[in-house]
Amino acid sequence: MHHVVLERWSRGSSFLHRRDARAKILALLVFLIVVAISNREFELLALCYSCLLLGAIVAARLPVLWALRRAAVVLPFSLTFAGLCWISGEPRRAALLVEKSYLSALAALLLVATTPLPQLLRGLDMLGVPGFLLMVAQFLYRYLFVITEQAHRMRLAGLCRGGLKQGSRGFRAAAGALGVLFARSYERAECIHRAMVSRGFQGHFQLLSTTHFRLADAAFLCVACSLPIAAFLSVRIWS
Amino acid sequence: MSPAPVIQVRDLHFRYEDGTVALVGVDFDLGPGETVALLGANGSGKTTFVLHLNGLLEGRGQIEVCGLPLKKETLQQIRQKIGIVFQDPDDQLFMPSVLEDVAFGPLNLGLTPEQATDRARTALAQVGMVDSYDKAPYHLSAGQKKRVAIAGVLAMQPDVLVLDEPTTFLDPPGQHSLTELLQSLPQSKLVVTHDVEFARSLATRAVFFEKGRIVGNGPADRIIEQYHWDQKRTTQVGGR
Repeated sequence: MHHVVLERWSRGSSFLHRRDARAKILALLVFLIVVAISNREFELLALCYSCLLLGAIVAARLPVLWALRRAAVVLPFSLTFAGLCWISGEPRRAALLVEKSYLSALAALLLVATTPLPQLLRGLDMLGVPGFLLMVAQFLYRYLFVITEQAHRMRLAGLCRGGLKQGSRGFRAAAGALGVLFARSYERAECIHRAMVSRGFQGHFQLLSTTHFRLADAAFLCVACSLPIAAFLSVRIWS
Repeated sequence: MSPAPVIQVRDLHFRYEDGTVALVGVDFDLGPGETVALLGANGSGKTTFVLHLNGLLEGRGQIEVCGLPLKKETLQQIRQKIGIVFQDPDDQLFMPSVLEDVAFGPLNLGLTPEQATDRARTALAQVGMVDSYDKAPYHLSAGQKKRVAIAGVLAMQPDVLVLDEPTTFLDPPGQHSLTELLQSLPQSKLVVTHDVEFARSLATRAVFFEKGRIVGNGPADRIIEQYHWDQKRTTQVGGR
């Protein structure tokens, strides 16, 4: 599964993997802002940003093709909006939308693929992201796997009992399965809550804070922020 | 004079919101160091009963844990004294890594991250999972998940372990290794189980639930024989 693969990549030991999550999150934020405000000479800038990201992917020892393919998951969404822009007579805006969304997705993927989820959540927590949002993200990540497995088992059971029908009967069966899945997930949520309360949970997640922001993290943050900014300013001055 | 029980339940009644009567006047004692198997058909009230022991369900009656009466003010203390290991470990392992999951309880007790980490490491060593600190729970086998779930409650240093159907999802070697692990733990234990061999090998005593009542109480072998629990008996009754 996709997130199992990501989980495996995130447990690597490259220079990027070893950096504090906060440094990587802030670097990503700066990169996204720079990409978002880049408009003039974007083709040239896109080339610079792509080189930076590819360099980082190689430095993190991640498979380049895998990362490029995975980042394309954002394209169906951005292409939809790009299509609307194109139809309304704004082809350049459409192209920018696709390029920017792809670069942003690639950068976000780089963060997720080099930072194990516990560290990522801890980093976000330390940067002041609301705990409730982090809790939702954490539970979603954890139980997506369990619910997907459950859905897979239900699909197999459906296949064993005569296959999945097309048309309205198939739709009814799928809707029923979805309902059962929802009810089971609800029941599971109750069980999880009981297990949490049994272990003293009182509404606030305590985290094991063992991260330290080192000099290398500060240096990484400076370099990672200054490179896209430098590219942006150079192209702006040059043009 | 026999030592004071670690769990004392008197005249416990419970009815679910849909009107199902699940417990009817249950009296129960668990002595220090004792291991008791709770037997009975599905829906006879076993799980409902254990969910009362740390206040997850609230019925009518008296419950005392290690001399503390169960009430709102003592709930947190009692939840530290009773560790419940649920049937499906996926319900219990909700943190992103094994170490964080096991440290979840100690952190809630107010321990510092360093103390919680120490407790978690000790508990994981107790269940033989020292190599799994950074693993994500879904990378573990069913037996390993069960061990980590047990470590999660051991890290709270409870006086009583309550295990709900602990052998579910386990293969025979997994069951055997779980039996050995539980035998090695010094806490008093309450085990809800349908597994007769598991109950025989672990429990010093068994109680038999039927329609929300305890109808049999005595040595595990005698109770199993008395209620033909190793042969047939599939009566469906009230409760859940």
